[in-house]
Amino acid sequence: MPPVPEQAVTSAGGLLLVIAVLLPFVGVLIGIALRGVHARRVALCTLPLGLAIAIAIAVTVLQSGAQLTYLLGGWAPPLGVALRADMAAVVMLVVVAVVVCGIGIYACDDFNPARESPGPRASSTFWLLLLAVWGSLNLVFVSGDLFTLYVALELLTFAGVPLVCLDGRGDTLRAALRYLLFALLGSLLYLLGAVLLYGAYGTLDIALLRAASVPEPVTWAALALATTGLLAKTALFPLHIWLPPAHAGAPAAASAVLSALVIKGSWFLLIRLWFDALPGVVTFSAAQVLGALGAIAIVVGSVVALRQARLKLLVAYSTVAQIGYLFLMFPLAFDAGSNMLVHDAALTGGILQGISHATAKASMFMAAGLISAALGHDRIADLAGVARAMPITVLTFAVAGIALMGIVPSGAYLAKKLLLESAADSGQWWWTLVLQGGAAFTAGYVVLVLVNVLRRPGGAHPVIKRVPAVSEYAALALAVCSLLLALAALGPLPAHLISNPLAAGELLATLLVLLGGVLLAQGLSLHPLFAAAPAATMPASGLLRRSAGATGVMFARIDLLARGWTVACISLLVVALLFGGLLFFGARG
Amino acid sequence: MMTFVNLLLAVLLLALAAWTTLARNMFAAVVGFIAYGALLALAWVQLSGIDIALTEAAIGSGLTGLLLLNAASRLHVNANAGGNTGRSRLRVPAALLSAAVSGALMLCVFALPETPPTLAPDVAANLASTEVRNPITAVLLAFRAMDTLLEAIVLLFALIGVWSLSSDPHWGGRPGLRQYSEPNGILAYTARVLPPIGIVVGAYIFWTGADYPGGKFQGATLLAAMWLLVLMAGLADAPPIRRTWLRVALVAGPLAFIAVGFLGLQTAGAFLAYPEGFVKPLIIAIELALLPSLTLVLGLLLLGAPLRGEEP
Repeated sequence: MPPVPEQAVTSAGGLLLVIAVLLPFVGVLIGIALRGVHARRVALCTLPLGLAIAIAIAVTVLQSGAQLTYLLGGWAPPLGVALRADMAAVVMLVVVAVVVCGIGIYACDDFNPARESPGPRASSTFWLLLLAVWGSLNLVFVSGDLFTLYVALELLTFAGVPLVCLDGRGDTLRAALRYLLFALLGSLLYLLGAVLLYGAYGTLDIALLRAASVPEPVTWAALALATTGLLAKTALFPLHIWLPPAHAGAPAAASAVLSALVIKGSWFLLIRLWFDALPGVVTFSAAQVLGALGAIAIVVGSVVALRQARLKLLVAYSTVAQIGYLFLMFPLAFDAGSNMLVHDAALTGGILQGISHATAKASMFMAAGLISAALGHDRIADLAGVARAMPITVLTFAVAGIALMGIVPSGAYLAKKLLLESAADSGQWWWTLVLQGGAAFTAGYVVLVLVNVLRRPGGAHPVIKRVPAVSEYAALALAVCSLLLALAALGPLPAHLISNPLAAGELLATLLVLLGGVLLAQGLSLHPLFAAAPAATMPASGLLRRSAGATGVMFARIDLLARGWTVACISLLVVALLFGGLLFFGARG
Repeated sequence: MMTFVNLLLAVLLLALAAWTTLARNMFAAVVGFIAYGALLALAWVQLSGIDIALTEAAIGSGLTGLLLLNAASRLHVNANAGGNTGRSRLRVPAALLSAAVSGALMLCVFALPETPPTLAPDVAANLASTEVRNPITAVLLAFRAMDTLLEAIVLLFALIGVWSLSSDPHWGGRPGLRQYSEPNGILAYTARVLPPIGIVVGAYIFWTGADYPGGKFQGATLLAAMWLLVLMAGLADAPPIRRTWLRVALVAGPLAFIAVGFLGLQTAGAFLAYPEGFVKPLIIAIELALLPSLTLVLGLLLLGAPLRGEEP
């Protein structure tokens, strides 16, 4: 649903957008004033209210069938700032509200200021930051102005960074600083792009820019800079310098916020920029390269995920890979006829992928956090016996895994279907390979974890601490939400997308993905998948596994190299120049 | 003559930028950065952007410079600024790439339209309805008031982040280290003499903002600087961050802003709109409410995380 410029009037119910943004912020302000134990109470009161507002916005938009607009202060753009909610924004608002509520319930026990650990500092800060992230994301979704969006990005950064170092240990502080600096570089690049656009067209309003912008050097430069900045904040390979260390030491709930929610902000802004503000400036080759970066992220992220010894880092690298998935829609949404990006099935698929990742990845981080809390460690090789002790959590991990793989029935399955159809329709068969291959990679690391938790403990049963049941069920509920997104096929999406999961063709595809996953896990993981008891140093046996191991080591080296500061900054410049060049020459050719 | 001054300014700016980037000594780099900010403020004056010049001087050069000086002195004065940049083989390609991006940007700036499209006439046409005479204030508190509200909230988020760096035993305590100085020394003397003048100037910059260049951000920066001066001279101590008055004062500004916004819903038909005839008083009320909050936030951001308990 493209924004319509003539809708420069406030629509009925538009005030809901203002409330959606300000309610969490007011919560933060009150939480600061009341301090201590009250921060948690304020947050827990805000969660249901915010969810209700998001649902009210969805109902209003669905009933009116048009986008919701609010002119702040009664001033119409370009002089004033408009808030707008189209279908994409509504979907994001609702899903983010659900995920925030899920994380809130999960963290209720973890961040209880009355408890000894983690102490009043971390617990009151966490609740303030959760609300802060929520309000900032809502602003990203509904803002129709590139500068307000810059402020939203800044809000999101300052809300997200302290989540990394809630623990307070030295290495988490270093990770937070790394995230802060790289995210600020990204913000500045985006701001530079926005400033250039204002200089060229005299407006920052997305709908007005869509009408005014033409392919010319300033626009190319602005788009290249802003895109690069947003990719850095989204942590798309090779600009993922901050993501793995940030997750290594962050509490599980904080990781869930960062990975499921925070990166979606800059990603959604990129969609706004490419699809809504400057769709006619984008070129075929630029969209292809954005998709290609996504494909590389899938391969590198997945292989490195399989090489991890710690569960938390496996899930973190799975995020690196899944971020890649979120960029496959850009080349598929390029319409060769009109030579621009269009709102079509590919975009729907991409957004469905995004929300399905938000729910699934949040619950996966929660499950990993519960396992780690119960065992006191999260070494993948020593997870034997967990399935028997924590069946709900293991079920959560499996369901979230299925949702990430895109196996029927799940939201990601529909997303994959939509993207595959787009690939077939536009004749871009190469993205079919990426989509199916990516699913197999995901299956690889999910199977790796499941095989280890299902293994019977060799010696004594591991000592397992009890974890709060409410946290377990909150994680499970989010994972189930991810599957339930498949119900979208009953409503807004064409029904033919969902088919009988037991039909021969579907079953074959599912089995092939799983088989591919098993083979990848067997070849690339640190320990062979089905070894009876993983010895400390398992000698590599067999030519195939040896060469696969060498490949894994090579990818791990590439990842390490890309995450060095010097190389990352060079990558930033190269990506900016690359997009600038592709837009420039693509428009010529 | 003016061309010569501008040319000199441009050359000096480039030279200082290069100095700041290339300086081996961290302290030298910081000093270069502060001088760079001061000159940049002059450049804004030359471009008739007095409001931006004030902000650049106060925040870009002043507060940020102070922050960097603090950081540099904590990291030891003689720490090598360029010591830990990693692979030196990559320096040349990195420099070339930076030059390429800068070159491309420069070409873009030249490609901008000769008479740039601007909203200035729009602002001028609607200025009367905002009842203030400074167009910058009209943009910041009427046309784009939401951005200003959100900027005030960003600062609080940053403060939450800075405070969260405290160690658990010191949570709720006083930020920064207790400062001592010679009671009859020059610092203590300055800290006694300067603040009364600074407070008057800060209040003036704030008050005049409605009609002439100035405003709450610049005023608050000056007031925060005076507060920091008193703290640095050891004449007073920073409050513990658990104090209720402190926390209420921090959020009072943004909350008042939001309250006025919702008041507009009743009286003027839109969030953040002001009823006719009351625009200027309401704008000044918002700025007045934001001033103490901003002063405290800016000062506390510079003081950093709580490092000691409640005892002075």
